[in-house]
Amino acid sequence: MGRTSKIIPGVDQTLLVKDAALLLPDPARRRFLAGGASLGALTLLTGCDVVDSFSAEDVLKKISKFNDAVQARIFDPNKLAPTYSESMIKRPFPFNAYYTLDEAPDVKASEYKLELTGMIANKKPWTLDELYKLPQDKQITRHICVEGWSAIGSWSGPKLGDFLKTIGADTSAKYVRFICAEGYTTCLDMPTCFHPQTQMSFRFDDQILPRAYGYPMKVRVPTRLGFKNPKYVVGMEVTNEYKGGYWEDYGYNDYSGL
Amino acid sequence: MSGMTASHDAARADGAMAQKAKVIQPAWVRVVHWINAVAMIMMIMSGWQIYNASPIFSFTFPTTITLGGWLGGALLWHFAAMWLLVINGLVYVIAGLVTGRFRRKLLPISPAGVIDDTRAALTGKLSHDDLSTYNNVQKLLYIGVILAGVVVVLSGLSMWKPVQFQELTAVFGGYDNARVVHFFAMAAIVGFLVIHVVLAVLVPKSLRAMIIGR
Repeated sequence: MGRTSKIIPGVDQTLLVKDAALLLPDPARRRFLAGGASLGALTLLTGCDVVDSFSAEDVLKKISKFNDAVQARIFDPNKLAPTYSESMIKRPFPFNAYYTLDEAPDVKASEYKLELTGMIANKKPWTLDELYKLPQDKQITRHICVEGWSAIGSWSGPKLGDFLKTIGADTSAKYVRFICAEGYTTCLDMPTCFHPQTQMSFRFDDQILPRAYGYPMKVRVPTRLGFKNPKYVVGMEVTNEYKGGYWEDYGYNDYSGL
Repeated sequence: MSGMTASHDAARADGAMAQKAKVIQPAWVRVVHWINAVAMIMMIMSGWQIYNASPIFSFTFPTTITLGGWLGGALLWHFAAMWLLVINGLVYVIAGLVTGRFRRKLLPISPAGVIDDTRAALTGKLSHDDLSTYNNVQKLLYIGVILAGVVVVLSGLSMWKPVQFQELTAVFGGYDNARVVHFFAMAAIVGFLVIHVVLAVLVPKSLRAMIIGR
């Protein structure tokens, strides 16, 4: 959820800035380049190598990293996201992705296996039948998209933290990385994975999770923005290495905590 | 700061010497003013780009007047400039209270005074001779924009952390409502900004005072 259809416009920003700079008279051009506040840096986050030493993009990325640390400090592992009544559930709940519903993964239950990799003692893949037998919680929480909209939904499934313990994951590791059927990836830090509302969701609104919302499994994280709640999850990796993610690599804040 | 005691003296000497000696805007006010100007413009322009990703109303902002190029870029700008805005804003509010500048400059204010000064302004009779003393309309606008600044920061915090700061989010009527509050606080600040800039251009010595102090 929360994967937007927004993509970076198909303009080569580096060339645009170079062209713009060439149009300036010489002294102004020098100042313009030396100042580092290039057009590319002001408008986009990609390909700003006009200035070698300093660019707004680098500064913004550093501040975003700093904001990750601030948010990890603010995060209270025991603070629960507000919950709501059944009547407040948004029906139909929005489908949101960078592709249309027709293009969404169509995972077959019979072929499905949750693959486990990384720092995990028991890497045996899990079938859907096995996963469905785990004790399930239900939550009615607000999904908040990075775009700004929000919608209340109902999700059910086992706690991710309990599952990580069951499979013998090294809980001293920094991250759990999620791999999805369409190639989408995202990461969560270990404290967030063990938040009591972080859930491996197999049901939405008391029904088997529909394809639109991530069949067969979504990881529901009400303490993080929607794009940190992966759908169509087919693999989990426990790791100390930060490997980014689909939207994180475009520049969305890594932590994106709520 | 020493020049401030003279600010009550509306009937002060208007000789060139006195004019020269009098500091209308102390250095700390000028510094925080211009840092705030830069931070506010970055916040507003990146905020418009963020708004465009999921508009609350049936309009979007032209991308030529937004900052960041796309949602992800705008968010990076917004959550970087917020530090500048908030730290600088705290310095301003604390200094304004501690030095007594707020009390001296913004008080007293009365509804009758606001009405009188509004009438005087609209009929062109409002004096701009003494820039160090604010009329009632100025006081109202400056108090208003400081309050709008407080609301825009608090509503912004409540949207950024609606789980960790959920009590604050509840004050604004929940996450979706906080977005609306944040929008209107922005609109109030932009409205102030338009009037502020127009008046600074109409009374250029006020702009000079904010740059060189006198």
